[in-house]
Amino acid sequence: MNSFPFLLVMIALPAVGAAVVAALPRGRDLLAKQLSLGISLVVLLLAVLATVAFDTGGDRFQLTTEFAWIPDFGVQIALGVDGIALVMLLLIGVLVPVVVGASWRDEFPGRSMKAYFAWLMLLEAMMVGVFASTDIFLFYVFFEAMLVPMYFIIGSFGGPRRQYAAVKFFLYSLVGGLIMLAAVIGLYVVSASQLGEGTFAFDALRQLEITPGVQKLLFLGFFVAFAIKAPLVPFHTWLPDSGSEAPIGGAVLLVGVLDKVGTFGFLRYCLPLFPDASRYFAPYVLVLAVAGILYAALLAMGQSDMKRLVSYTSISHFGFIALGIFAFTTEAATGAVLYMVNHGIATGLLFVVVGMLIARGGSRQIRDYGGVAAKAPILAGVFLLAGLASLALPGTNSFVSEFLVLIGSFPSQPVFTIIATVGIILAALYILLMYQRTMQGPPAGVLMVEDDDEPVPSDGGSTAVLTAPRRTLRVLDLDRRELSVVAPLVALIIVLGVYPQPLLNLIEPAVSATMSDLGGSDR
Amino acid sequence: MIEAPDLSLAALTPLLFIFGAACVGVLVEAFAPREARHPVQVALALVGTLGALVSTLLLAGSREVTAGGALAVDGAGLFLQATIAGLGALAILLFAERSLDPARSSFVTSAAVPAGSPRDRELLTSERVQTEVYPLATFAIGGMMLFVASNDLLIMFVALEVLSLPLYLISGLARRRRLLSQEAAVKYFLLGAFASAFFLYGLALVYGATGSIRLSDIRAAAVEDGGDVLLVLGLALLIVGLLFKASVAPFHTWTPDVYQGAPTPVTAFMAACTKVAAFGAILRLLYVAFGTSEWTWRPLIYGVAIVSMIVGAILGLTQTDLKRMLAYSSIAHAGFLLTGVIGLGSSGDGSGLAATMFYLLTYGLTTLGAFAVLTLVRDGDGEASHLSQWAGLASRSPLTAAVMSLFLLALAGIPLTAGFTGKFAVFRAAIESGAWPLALVALLASAVAAFFYLRVIVLMYFSPPAADGPTVGVPGLPTTIVLAITATATLALGIVPGSVLDLAERAAIFVG
Repeated sequence: MNSFPFLLVMIALPAVGAAVVAALPRGRDLLAKQLSLGISLVVLLLAVLATVAFDTGGDRFQLTTEFAWIPDFGVQIALGVDGIALVMLLLIGVLVPVVVGASWRDEFPGRSMKAYFAWLMLLEAMMVGVFASTDIFLFYVFFEAMLVPMYFIIGSFGGPRRQYAAVKFFLYSLVGGLIMLAAVIGLYVVSASQLGEGTFAFDALRQLEITPGVQKLLFLGFFVAFAIKAPLVPFHTWLPDSGSEAPIGGAVLLVGVLDKVGTFGFLRYCLPLFPDASRYFAPYVLVLAVAGILYAALLAMGQSDMKRLVSYTSISHFGFIALGIFAFTTEAATGAVLYMVNHGIATGLLFVVVGMLIARGGSRQIRDYGGVAAKAPILAGVFLLAGLASLALPGTNSFVSEFLVLIGSFPSQPVFTIIATVGIILAALYILLMYQRTMQGPPAGVLMVEDDDEPVPSDGGSTAVLTAPRRTLRVLDLDRRELSVVAPLVALIIVLGVYPQPLLNLIEPAVSATMSDLGGSDR
Repeated sequence: MIEAPDLSLAALTPLLFIFGAACVGVLVEAFAPREARHPVQVALALVGTLGALVSTLLLAGSREVTAGGALAVDGAGLFLQATIAGLGALAILLFAERSLDPARSSFVTSAAVPAGSPRDRELLTSERVQTEVYPLATFAIGGMMLFVASNDLLIMFVALEVLSLPLYLISGLARRRRLLSQEAAVKYFLLGAFASAFFLYGLALVYGATGSIRLSDIRAAAVEDGGDVLLVLGLALLIVGLLFKASVAPFHTWTPDVYQGAPTPVTAFMAACTKVAAFGAILRLLYVAFGTSEWTWRPLIYGVAIVSMIVGAILGLTQTDLKRMLAYSSIAHAGFLLTGVIGLGSSGDGSGLAATMFYLLTYGLTTLGAFAVLTLVRDGDGEASHLSQWAGLASRSPLTAAVMSLFLLALAGIPLTAGFTGKFAVFRAAIESGAWPLALVALLASAVAAFFYLRVIVLMYFSPPAADGPTVGVPGLPTTIVLAITATATLALGIVPGSVLDLAERAAIFVG
């Protein structure tokens, strides 16, 4: 009770920061960047301190803050985290400063950078809120309100087709959210009839006994929203558009954190609240998940645009996460949560590096690059590491989580697991092909410049031969700012690849609690 | 010997205030010198509306039936009256704006001069301003406040006319694009007359069936014989008349034309206040007179709610004029409001009444604000309401674009804005009363409607500004006040709606 309100501060600080950054006078872009970096680092620090304060053997929800918000609706500002939400907060804490650093030199002609950073700060506040809510109404509010900053980030600062991408992103998520709203109200009505007074508090709703028919309807309401957000395969078409048109910072947070709200939602809301319906629908979800793994991987291979390719790889990875969640074993679900974190780090790094390459060449197309590794070995090295982490090479962080998901799913869902394994091979293909085409091979593409330093033959003698001007690849390697942006993610990839135990310790109790809500232990 | 009906003057103060101001306004128009009229009329209209607002607030908690049973003073009536008076005062401020139009007013100087005649061109540039709109608008506000408090079908009809006739007039008073404005006025008048006729015919049938025009007597008769053909037919015709005023599809056809043609401050006034008044009357009629024979009107309301949401949302997508778009938005919102009406419990225990009243307040504030922003964006011949003219507005005037975005997001029902709180309240009421298919349709319609609100934001923020784009006028004090109040309220009712929701909840009582 007397503890520091970590979660409230982690929401309020960036929200206030956003207002301050937005209110800065024109032309103070540098100050806006410094403020944003400072705030995001403080949030990271708070996330770390909150983790230290978190007792892995303690209550399910800790660091709680509760006060009434709209009493007429029975809505509370109720914040609290379990291990799953906590690791997501850590991920947000790490990714936002990285994104601020990665966007430091970005320039958007005719747009003010301070608006970009203000939206980024507001987005951070909402992201923390969505994972830290323990009241479903509050969760819904953050879930929908989060769309607004992301919409402006994509729409104002994105690529050539940003209008289309921004509207598509917003409408897909809004439709899902509205369907979820119906289910949220439905839950409230059920709670009003069972408890006498309607409530949105997660802990109270968990105790409800909902008839199977109603459960199925409510499950679908939540499921569609989360499946669009995650995104699972038939609902995924918005992500490649948004992922490729968003500025790099937006793309990192979009696939790194926002999409995790979907898988987080499965685990936090769908399974514990609607256990019977979850079991009923699990085979269908697994079909979608496995189909997504393979389908998105195949599509990824066919992409010529690097940002689109990375977006498709994410859809494939989300299939693995969904598989882990709907396999209904503690091991697989723990793996899935770890996967959520690792995917955020690995794909975040991949997006950041791709963004650095695009910043140099000005093109998103794979065919516009070639042989970059010869002139920019560090850039290529980081690119390779991010790629390897993304394809889950042993020794990188993603291997641990992918392995856990597969090994945990196998006992309950052998067929789906075996099919999913094919996805690993495809992952190696799409990542390595992209790496090979852009980084290896003969120098080629947009980074080639006419070599005007070539000494001109001094004597126009009889041996003069007309030669085409020599062209060489000119590309700068990562500078100190870029190195400091990628360094934390590189370090995390290796450290978590070798020693994931601290995260697993946080995640596992929460996952076990979720599985016991689901009824029937798997062990 | 005829006994004078009992009259509780205290309970009638709001109405006396507003009608008094309107009558004095007519005298001012006749006797005050021309130069003094504008400030005096504005002050008078504001005193009338604000006085009415304050006196309704002071009456809070009283419950009585007075004026020989013709008027009901109850929580719901007072809440709606306060809403109308408050929104009316804001609309009057928009009327009074003088710094936006180079000709110093958005109203024609002399409506009787034929459009396009030499005299008309001469007056277009003159400094003379029209001041008759203020007493007319005040009468309309008075009519609306009477409308929601009438406990008697005949009074309701009189109020309907008192609020409608001035509206027909002032929607024809646009200073620019006069023919469009006059066409709107004629259309509104003709269709409005039809609706009045429907209402009157329904009234006659109900009287024939029950022998009374008093809502409580009708209720008693309906309990005895709810299935009487005359009664049901009469009810249906009454509802048609009211749905027309509320611009609910399929009785909406006048709305886009009138919203587009009328001077924008008048459109704002109609969109906000008329909606509140019409729904106030619908609530009272259905609740007090026909609360016991729910099954007769429920399917009807259910059906028109769906039609209205779908028509509003889908036709809104195809609009290229912002005023027409907001008109279709108002049709869709009428459907959402009816979703709340469906949530009324027959015995008065449902949360539908409070939810609908709250929604009316939030919708009125938001839509008034949105129209106020429309008055700012202008080109050579008046307001630039074509969508394409709004491209890149954010780079020209970030603040205007931000405020407009706030209103649009609120209309779309995005959380942390007033629009979401209102939507949540009515949808909850509908689902609680078992009408979840209706709520589902409403949710899908809101998603469709969100598309056209978003399109404006896309244009303002993500499109390059057009070369010969409109200018954004610097609003004078009145418009600034309106924008400040509506924007603040839109945010406040989204973030901390508790106290107002609570007020609506406590006010949700009808006396019969």
